[in-house]
Amino acid sequence: MISRRQFLKIAGISAACGIGMAATSSFIKAGASRSDDTRDRLIAKRWGMFIDTRKIDENDRERIINACHSIHNVPNFDNPRHAVKWIWTEEFIRAFPEQRGEFIAEKLIQKPILVLCNNCSNPPCVRVCPTQATFKRERDGLVLMDFHRCFGCRYCMAGCPYGARSFNFWDPKPYIEEINPEFPTRMMGVVEKCSFCYQRIDRGIIPACVEVSNGAMVVGDLSDPGSEIRILLREHITIRRRPELGTEPNVFYKI
Amino acid sequence: MLEKALSGGRGYWALVISLLVISGIGVIAYLYQLEVGLGVTGLCRDVTWGLYIGQFTFLVGVAASAVMLVIPYYLHDYKKFGKIIILGKFLAVACVIMCMLFIFVDMGQPWRILNLFLYISPHSPMFWDATVLAGYLSLNIVTGWVVLQSDKKGVKAPSWVMPLIYISIPWAISIHTVTAFLFAGLPGRDLWMSALLAAHFLASAFAVGPSLLILLALGIRKFTKFNPGKEAIAVLGKIVTYTMSIYLFFWGLKLFTWLFSQKPGYLHVFQFLFVGIGEYNAIVPIVWAAVVMAVTSVVLLMIAALRKNEKILALACILVFVSLWIEKGFVFVVGGLAITPFKTIIEYWPTLPEIVITIGVWAIGFLILTILYKIAVSVREEEIA
Amino acid sequence: MYDSGKVIIGIAVFLAFVMFPFYINIGVVVEKPEPCLDTPVIQALEIKECVKPAHIMRATHIALLDNWKDLASRYGERLFVTEDKREFDISLQMTCMHCHSNYERFCMECHAFVAIDVGCWECHVVPEKETMR
Repeated sequence: MISRRQFLKIAGISAACGIGMAATSSFIKAGASRSDDTRDRLIAKRWGMFIDTRKIDENDRERIINACHSIHNVPNFDNPRHAVKWIWTEEFIRAFPEQRGEFIAEKLIQKPILVLCNNCSNPPCVRVCPTQATFKRERDGLVLMDFHRCFGCRYCMAGCPYGARSFNFWDPKPYIEEINPEFPTRMMGVVEKCSFCYQRIDRGIIPACVEVSNGAMVVGDLSDPGSEIRILLREHITIRRRPELGTEPNVFYKI
Repeated sequence: MLEKALSGGRGYWALVISLLVISGIGVIAYLYQLEVGLGVTGLCRDVTWGLYIGQFTFLVGVAASAVMLVIPYYLHDYKKFGKIIILGKFLAVACVIMCMLFIFVDMGQPWRILNLFLYISPHSPMFWDATVLAGYLSLNIVTGWVVLQSDKKGVKAPSWVMPLIYISIPWAISIHTVTAFLFAGLPGRDLWMSALLAAHFLASAFAVGPSLLILLALGIRKFTKFNPGKEAIAVLGKIVTYTMSIYLFFWGLKLFTWLFSQKPGYLHVFQFLFVGIGEYNAIVPIVWAAVVMAVTSVVLLMIAALRKNEKILALACILVFVSLWIEKGFVFVVGGLAITPFKTIIEYWPTLPEIVITIGVWAIGFLILTILYKIAVSVREEEIA
Repeated sequence: MYDSGKVIIGIAVFLAFVMFPFYINIGVVVEKPEPCLDTPVIQALEIKECVKPAHIMRATHIALLDNWKDLASRYGERLFVTEDKREFDISLQMTCMHCHSNYERFCMECHAFVAIDVGCWECHVVPEKETMR
């Protein structure tokens, strides 16, 4: 029979282990050293994207999606319920459900709109993530995924009001047509999404979708009043997806 | 006291072994899911949470409901609950362990679970939920065990345990509140984003927990020499009557806001759950079954003459349990996600492996409960002898 | 002590179990691992030194890789300057594996010997077989 003293001893040891673990973790975290060298990278305080949907036709859409999905080793699962999508198309009234109404222009209803992660300035996915596997980069506001850390609770997918996040329901490798050796794949059981091509931005190259969009998509610094994107936003009427939710999406659509 | 779990009659061992077998089958199904991926479940990119998280939500409520015994006994000195408080505490222990297991089986990369404590993220309700659940588990193990041991020795419980018991009262409220916060703060999920959610959760928890306790107490009275007491059971019945009525009242509040405001998001949710949207109506009969059971149970409970009949009380408790299991264990989580951000409907049904894993976790929980109750009942039987 | 017989048997069984790795390996001869540095890219290098001296890399490469992982994927830092001012792009696939394109003869040689799993390749892409020697 366990006496009270023994029982408390066991309980105490378990509690001490918990505290010890937390202390070790903060010790490990302190290790990273950073350089201030900013050569070669594209710099912005707040990245944003402008999409002129009038300039994009079916071929463009296919080319844009392929460029993104092939560069990022996005798997093509058989079951559409498990689809992994970084950038894809939705009909206008799906992408902008609040615009649905009796008298909306017919050509709009089924107009395919390119949708992707909105790189929100106030992202609910980051707020809910219990491990900071998804985080907002201080430097330029990019909302990114650390696949090393994600444990696949999928809270971010419930939190994202744009359906921009996908989960690897299976091992993705067999479903990648041609693996790009310059970018990692993912493992089963982690969440992924559009990364705004941070790996290109950090090496001075614009995102892949923008590169192949023939000028229909533009990225730039929303915090710089003189940037190309700010000039475009001044000159054109644009809308954002579900701005009423307070997420501050940074992708602007000219319809 | 643990040795009490090692000696028992044939019925006890038959129960233990069958639960072991069922949980073993569940473990095998889980190993399959672990190897192949969560693709073996019915979950998908839109409905990313389903049966597992539903069970978690439901069981957090059952765990929290131990306070429905603790409050009357310790704060109002209602002596009749003295002998059965241990049943509530041990039920909480089994339920919290099940909650943790359901979170674990829902994870894509379960081996990374310690990332939760390695990269503490106080902005995430999930971090707080894990913290309060772990705390609640320890509080119930310690207070339950110590008090039972004092009973066994026939001495008063040591004074150091009293503060822990008092802390466990707000702590129980906190576990279900934080669980509601997992859902209630997500913009764009109209079924979930309601300030009433935590209160609604608590009302349903305080109905379903005592219902289950009544059923367990009736079972214990039938199969063992320990009698939890007719009056204690009757008072639990009264508690269920109040909490279940409050639960339905809260539903009324929600329905008013949904229907009177005519806000499309709310109407959409209402339509999906109670009417069906076009071809997507498979969930509707399930929802209505829960509604009918909930209303029937309240009618049975409110009429005192009926409630005093223990057979009818037991029936009402079964109705409460099943109805709330449907609502929280399935409809709440699935209904919140089935209407996608694109305002399309994606249906979800659990698959066979998912159901087997779920039953397996329930079996593990029930096994823990059986062993703990065996110990508690043996102590009580000794007291009588 | 009560039940001392049972307790002692229990301890003996426990010890036999936990010491399994020791006695199962008695008399087993394992060749000394020799990680291979012979790849075309390394052969073509003028300065045949990694981003840090070999003895440091041998001892602490996981700390460096862990740091690089955070720098690249969390902080967006891609430039690494060695002590002798050589510059490298922070990337496991494009920098480390560019030289060490023979992961089976390089990484696995030691990792198999010490029985430490390498999780990297569950996501990161192993270089094409052709480039291995």
